[in-house]
Amino acid sequence: MESRRNLLIVAAVLLAVLLVTPHSGSYIIVLVTHALVFAILAMSLDILLGYTGLPSLGQAAYLGMGAYLTAIFATRLQFGLDWTFWLVVVMGMAIGAATAAFFGLFAVHAGGVYFLMITLALGMCVWGLAYRWNSLTGGDNGIVLPPRPAFGIDLADDVTFFYLVFGFFVLTLALLYLLVRSPFGRSLVGIRENELRMRILGYNTWLHKYIAFIIAGGFGGLAGVLWAHAHGLVSPEDVVLATSVDALLMVVLGGAGTLVGGAIGAGIVVFLREYLSTLVPWWQYVLGGVYVLTILFLPGGLMSIPQRIRNRRARSGGAGEAKSLQSASL
Amino acid sequence: MSSNVTRVFSLGLLATGLALGLSPGGESRAAQELRIGFVAPTTGPFSQIGKDMVNGFQLYLDEVKGNFAGAKVTFIVEDEEAKPPVAVRKVEKLIRQDKVHMFIGGLLASTGYAIAPVSTRLKTVYVASIPAADDLTQRDAAKYPLLVRTGWTSSQPNHAFGEWACQQGYKRIAAVAADYAFGHEVVGGFQKAFEDCGGRIIQKIWPPLGTIDFGPYIPTIKKDADAIFTLMVGPMSLQFPKQLASAGIRKPVLGGGTSYDEFVLPAMGDEVIGHVSALQYSAALDTPRNSAFVRAYRAKYGKVPSYYSESNYSTAQMIHEVMKKTKGKWPGAEQFVKMLASIQLETPRGPVRLDEMRNPVQNVYIRIVRKKKEHGYDKDELWNSVVKTYPNVGQFWKWKKEEFLKQPVYSRDYPPCKYCE
Repeated sequence: MESRRNLLIVAAVLLAVLLVTPHSGSYIIVLVTHALVFAILAMSLDILLGYTGLPSLGQAAYLGMGAYLTAIFATRLQFGLDWTFWLVVVMGMAIGAATAAFFGLFAVHAGGVYFLMITLALGMCVWGLAYRWNSLTGGDNGIVLPPRPAFGIDLADDVTFFYLVFGFFVLTLALLYLLVRSPFGRSLVGIRENELRMRILGYNTWLHKYIAFIIAGGFGGLAGVLWAHAHGLVSPEDVVLATSVDALLMVVLGGAGTLVGGAIGAGIVVFLREYLSTLVPWWQYVLGGVYVLTILFLPGGLMSIPQRIRNRRARSGGAGEAKSLQSASL
Repeated sequence: MSSNVTRVFSLGLLATGLALGLSPGGESRAAQELRIGFVAPTTGPFSQIGKDMVNGFQLYLDEVKGNFAGAKVTFIVEDEEAKPPVAVRKVEKLIRQDKVHMFIGGLLASTGYAIAPVSTRLKTVYVASIPAADDLTQRDAAKYPLLVRTGWTSSQPNHAFGEWACQQGYKRIAAVAADYAFGHEVVGGFQKAFEDCGGRIIQKIWPPLGTIDFGPYIPTIKKDADAIFTLMVGPMSLQFPKQLASAGIRKPVLGGGTSYDEFVLPAMGDEVIGHVSALQYSAALDTPRNSAFVRAYRAKYGKVPSYYSESNYSTAQMIHEVMKKTKGKWPGAEQFVKMLASIQLETPRGPVRLDEMRNPVQNVYIRIVRKKKEHGYDKDELWNSVVKTYPNVGQFWKWKKEEFLKQPVYSRDYPPCKYCE
């Protein structure tokens, strides 16, 4: 019952976004599209952070791999600008997953703060490549992409592109939802809660974590492909540590281990960063304040608010009064 | 339980209202209004430069009371944080949300390369007042039909400078420069002219943009170099000469214009006296036009204008000149570009006209840092004293345009370092 109601709420919100966005200003459409791309990145990270308990500081690396792959194919080979765009999507996910598979060999052994440090270092390696490998990546200048792909439908139109990104977002949400509800997903949660016990029960916890790491990398790559086309520019600035940190904070802000939390966090961060920054020069303090307050007072993120309210009501009113309140409201 | 659902729905409604509220209110653009978007880094390590940029433009606006020949100017500044992707997003905001007629600025060369395509994509005029990326008005000029440059190309003053250095008798020079497009192009331009004339660049060292500890780089400078050519930007400019001096290196130092620009010069110590640089502007330029500009700027903002200020001041002046011809009416993007490109004007930096690729042809000044009094101020200060003027220098220097454009854009590896040991 509980989960069906939650599903309905998510579906209703998604529908609202889908219906309202195309009718708002053209800048809002761009912002929502950016937020959705980051939502995909944040949800991919949530698989690690929220469900497996692995705080990765290198998620921008996979976004970078996907984005650079898209940009390099598009500018050098004119590949991925017609129906082959779909191939680029697959390849972007593959290169994200492959990078994660490689990085995972080093990172997954470690836990806690060591995992944080290793993923940070590996992420910086990708940044270093982007910044220094001038002949391939354009170095500091980055790569400016040609107009977006057209295959019957023309993605250069911002609304059309919004629909596409929205589609990918819903698909990602659905796939990751199925993943975390599967026996595999449940065992990830088990690892998060008590890895030793899972190991004693006979689970190969390393392999579980490794596979989760690769899946997160794959969806990170997908976010990268979409980011490249959404933004029209791929720059080392996209792959910096700050992007990874942003992704992490989006998840924490929304609520780790909830998937949609990451999406909500992405929406809030993108709007604060892009819109508030055009209104006031001290927007960074607002963003910082939101982070600090969330971590201090809402360790479970925004998604934990309903639960908290329910708890408080139950506690302060006592069971009987809560019941009478409920019957009164009915 | 149902209260939860309502809560989420009301949140959704709120978001909807917000989204609709944010969308612009249609075509409310007044006929006699000129909407100008301006991107500059107003926070972060480059914020001082960003302020100089904004102040330069603002000073001119204030002088004409925000009125360009009858058009009321709406001036909207956005912070681009000296990061190309941020600049792209801010420019998108200016065009989509604020419906600007044109956008101006951007600091880094890489930012110029990043936002120029936006002008083409969203069909809005881009006036590149600062980004000096060569190819914007060279090999890629055709890609950006709505771009006009009112600043300079990175290599432009350094072609003249290379020849000057060679004529001074320097034979072997080591280059230390910030590792990004602008640094590559400045060094490339210097190297090409210097080596054409018979000099040799014997070493190139590339600290990353934003380096402030040059400890790992300074000791590697070749001992037998006659001089050091340096290109620093932002906070790097301050640190490099200081650390060079404390390392005990007494070689002559030549620098790209931004290494000794007035945005940082007042903060420098006496170690920079005697350092030479080349640029299309110096605040010490002794002309009535410039003197008036420096005095007005200093009275208002409490500091000497840098080239970043001058360039944007002149840009405002040029735009005003176009609007005078149209009597305050916006002529449309293409027509505006055409008119702006045909402007000839006396600006604080000297006479400026634009070549057929929409890049300024202007004087290049060779400047030596000296401690003296200028413009009637009664204190000894550091100034970029002009020692030689190359009049009307274009972006192709003395070479033929076609031949110049055949060579690749200056980069870390071009011109190749033939004499590096």
